Amino acid sequence: MTEPLLRVRDLKTYFVTEHGSGTARAVDGVSFEVYPGETLGLVGESGCGKTVTSLSILRLIPEPPGHIRPGSFIEFEGRNLLTLAPRELRAIRGNRIAMIFQEPMTSLNPVFTVGDQIAEAAIVHQGLSRRRARARAVEMLKLVGIPDPAERVDHYPHQMSGGMRQRVMIAMALVCHPKLLIADEPTTALDVTIQAQILELLDRLQRDLGMAVMLITHDLGVVAGTADRVVVMYAGEVVEQAATGELFARPLHPYTEGLMASVPRIDTRVSQVRGRLHSIPGQVPAATAWPAGCRFHPRCPYAWDRCRQEAPPPLDAGAGEPGAHTVRCWLLTEPQRRSARA
Amino acid sequence: MTAPAPAPAPALVDVAELVKHFPAERGFFGLGRARGAVRAVDGVSFAIQAGRTLGLVGESGCGKSTVGRTILRLIEPDAGRVTIDGRDVLALGTRELRALRRRMQIVFQDPYGSLNPRMTVRQTLAEPLAIHRLASGADAERRIAALLEEVGLDPTFARSYPHELSGGQRQRVGIARALSVEPQFLVLDEPVSALDVSVQAQVLNLLADLQQRRRLTFLFIAHDLAVVKHVADDVAVMYLGKLVERAPGAALYAAPRHPYTTALLSAVPVPDPKAQRDRIVLAGEVPSPAAPPPGCPFHPRCPHPKKNERCRTEPPALREVAPGQLAACHFAEEPL
Repeated sequence: MTEPLLRVRDLKTYFVTEHGSGTARAVDGVSFEVYPGETLGLVGESGCGKTVTSLSILRLIPEPPGHIRPGSFIEFEGRNLLTLAPRELRAIRGNRIAMIFQEPMTSLNPVFTVGDQIAEAAIVHQGLSRRRARARAVEMLKLVGIPDPAERVDHYPHQMSGGMRQRVMIAMALVCHPKLLIADEPTTALDVTIQAQILELLDRLQRDLGMAVMLITHDLGVVAGTADRVVVMYAGEVVEQAATGELFARPLHPYTEGLMASVPRIDTRVSQVRGRLHSIPGQVPAATAWPAGCRFHPRCPYAWDRCRQEAPPPLDAGAGEPGAHTVRCWLLTEPQRRSARA
Repeated sequence: MTAPAPAPAPALVDVAELVKHFPAERGFFGLGRARGAVRAVDGVSFAIQAGRTLGLVGESGCGKSTVGRTILRLIEPDAGRVTIDGRDVLALGTRELRALRRRMQIVFQDPYGSLNPRMTVRQTLAEPLAIHRLASGADAERRIAALLEEVGLDPTFARSYPHELSGGQRQRVGIARALSVEPQFLVLDEPVSALDVSVQAQVLNLLADLQQRRRLTFLFIAHDLAVVKHVADDVAVMYLGKLVERAPGAALYAAPRHPYTTALLSAVPVPDPKAQRDRIVLAGEVPSPAAPPPGCPFHPRCPHPKKNERCRTEPPALREVAPGQLAACHFAEEPL
């Protein structure tokens, strides 16, 4: 098997809460890998820790109030990012690993032209002259499908639509040809027809440039259509991870199962969809007070005594190679309990 | 959310040729004359029968929220006719309008922005009861407790402030507030768009239960076609201020007649990696409603192979192309 490009081990990122009253364990022992050239989907609802995970990889967590706990480990191309000096880290950030955010309006600087903003990374990381960097910016705008790139390069963000701005963000992120692109909800703020354009663009660029993509999203539909493997997060932990086909065919964690059943679907006949949707009772607990035992047990239809007392480790689902499909759920040790409920 | 009535009842809500134009941007500091107009709503017509749900879908800026607000006269329309339960809404004076407001209410998308942060849930729910002189004192307390229970909240939530509630709980309070005056008709403006998937399902189920129990009529405004498929009896698709298609949900989702509907449906991501779908990726973006294209407003992005000069010059009328199914396309008989 090929070596992973990125290896995250037991990542713990905690925040001291505003009133100093407690510690929010936003990311609490997360492990996963990203392999070269693949798309990994990181899925979960608000507050599950998916964004904090991605910000931790680039060490963009504001300290204080946040801190990455000792014992956490993030290895990229053979180096532990958590022990790098700031200068070494800067050589990786925006160069080898790039990131795009949900809100292109707030992540672009309103007082610089989009050309200047795209060129900046090329000047800083690759030592290009201003003139060459500008030519590169035009090239990048063309690559991401912006019409009239030679003219658009001098435009300011406010002169562009939401979809165009997200294309500019992508151009900025890709100007140094990163090996890993972290895309945090890149299409959530966009309309569905524009979302389709951006997803298609990301897919094409990934193939052309041979980079790996870590796609963070709450949308199972987006994941199903783009990711090779999926990591599902709940309450600061990875509760299930598997190849995309396997996960959708055989979701084993009750949270994954519930999430998939809650999504209203467009690909079913109307006669099948009318009536009640499946819903997961209750709500996501607070990061300052995760439930004891399995963190999903208060909302889980299968929970029994053991779930309330003992936190399950990631268990192997026995599909393919060891570790190919892991699930943090005691049901894997007592599968008859699932069939008894169903 | 209910089975179709055996005989078509008269429509509870009837909207005809609704128009709302906003003055376009002025020069610096709002000085100077307004140049042109943003045609937010440009001749929209539909009817909703009592107890049924019309889903109004479209992308940002298509005018769908403005339709909801002009119907309730939260925004004054420029032209058109709106009747609710036989009353001409646009002809009413202030006092009559206030009386009619009891019958029609709205639930907003953002439960953070639409609740007063300084008011407890009790105060939020007591206000409409006081304004409409429906209940006070112990009677009001009883009704507030019953309302909270009806939307699935423990009555102890009455003492809470909005910031103490989760997004789903806030949206339940927003729904309880709308229900407090016992309306017949609710405009639901993206009521679940800000919620997480698992909570979204809870709120959609709640709305279905309430509709059945109280025989409510819904105008459900949303951008999410999968959600609308789940809740709506009939669906209207809006593009640049106009309806491009209107049909019973089953027909619209199974056999869309307008190329925009087809493209919109094909763009929705499906949570099934095995689904091999022919996604139509529309080129370009929605033009500005201040300068809509001549002819068919969709023609610059239309992927229909037969698109021709007529599309560029002659606006297509919304016409019946199959029983109950209306589409505004010159080629609606040859759908994509």
